[in-house]
Amino acid sequence: MMYSSEGTHQEYLRAFSAPKTAQVFLRKIRQAKESVRLMEVCGTHTVSFFKTGIRDALPTTIKLISGPGCPVCVTPVDILDQAIGLACRKDTVIFCFGDMLRVPARAESLEQVQASRGASVKMMYSPLEAFQFAQANPRKNVVLFGVGFETTIPLFAAVMTRAVEEGLHNLYLLPAFKLVPPALHALLRSKVCSIDGFILPGHVSAIIGAAAYDFLERHYHVPAVIAGFEPVDLAEGLWILLEQIRQKQANVRNEYSRFVTAEGNPGALQIMRRVFVAADASWRGLGVIPMSGLALTKEFAHLDAASLIDFSVPAAEEPTRCRCGDVIKGVVTPPECSLYKTDCSPEHPIGPCMVSSEGTCAAYYKYGK
Amino acid sequence: MCLAVPGKIVQLIDHRTAMIDFMGIQKQIALDLIQDPVVGEYVIVHAGFAIQKLHADDARESIKLFEEMARHQQDQE
Repeated sequence: MMYSSEGTHQEYLRAFSAPKTAQVFLRKIRQAKESVRLMEVCGTHTVSFFKTGIRDALPTTIKLISGPGCPVCVTPVDILDQAIGLACRKDTVIFCFGDMLRVPARAESLEQVQASRGASVKMMYSPLEAFQFAQANPRKNVVLFGVGFETTIPLFAAVMTRAVEEGLHNLYLLPAFKLVPPALHALLRSKVCSIDGFILPGHVSAIIGAAAYDFLERHYHVPAVIAGFEPVDLAEGLWILLEQIRQKQANVRNEYSRFVTAEGNPGALQIMRRVFVAADASWRGLGVIPMSGLALTKEFAHLDAASLIDFSVPAAEEPTRCRCGDVIKGVVTPPECSLYKTDCSPEHPIGPCMVSSEGTCAAYYKYGK
Repeated sequence: MCLAVPGKIVQLIDHRTAMIDFMGIQKQIALDLIQDPVVGEYVIVHAGFAIQKLHADDARESIKLFEEMARHQQDQE
């Protein structure tokens, strides 16, 4: 195949999704002799490995374990209850990503309180929609439910910056963000499951940069690869990881160099640092991880939705028998949970891993595992 | 949720908005996170914001490697 010197978008896309090229890597992968457990940290990778059929094409010696990379799945019930409390206030509208709507909180989900208690919940594609709504409705308190990893966090930072710059007084943020590197630290320290290598999230890495994972090499000697999401990216990423394992190396390699640099996106990191500071955060399944979440900086503290909260949220318990917490840590696979496919399904989800389209349970369910 | 789609900058509308072409479909996208955007460049877009530019040299290098590997494998068979 020929590529023009300039190269077009379609040409690149075609090159990275070409089945023939993916096959070249898969053939090499099948020659690997070691039995390995590899964790794909990102929920988008979980889905892509299923969707492309690469997961099924792997030899049985290669086990793919899904990690804590679905933001909806790791959001604890307490903050969801706070979001519901805010949505139920007469003067308040809450904006959130679609996946978050159906996660069962203590009693109901955000979607259910819309009907049962007349709560104002709006599903957004982009946090900019909340900004525009706040501009058009100055008498309403508009709350952004801030869920996501480093891919998404700069977007919220940009929106809050716009709000301050344009003197918008009715846009608030309920921060429930999570940071990936501290979660990897916690997983490796807890030693709850053995991991021979990591497939690191491509788009989180586009923001934070490959250098942000140096600690994997330094402290834990675990090989890792930052990979993209096309079939060739997935297969090449796996092969890079297997080669490292075979040669007993433990580096952070970058397969997704067309979008990921060593330093990431400096502009996005700068805007993040202006709006947020690191804070301890509670993860479903993993508990409180030091400095793995974000709080607003002094300059933005007045936009914290906590200032609107005039109700108390008692500590919530996770649904009984639900094993989302263990699924997130890679300790069990979805079929090992007694609720899977019996009481818990995408139509009637009990745990968040079944709600989000990128949750491990939902992916297993959809692809017939 | 970290899904992001590549597209091409076809027009700069104001200092933080661009028209981006996604293989024929055009949408207005926020540029708050991109420094020095230029018409004709490719970016990756997540939830209404461009989050990173495409580094075309790296893409071309990867593609060259794929072609070499395919040739090498053919030679072996």
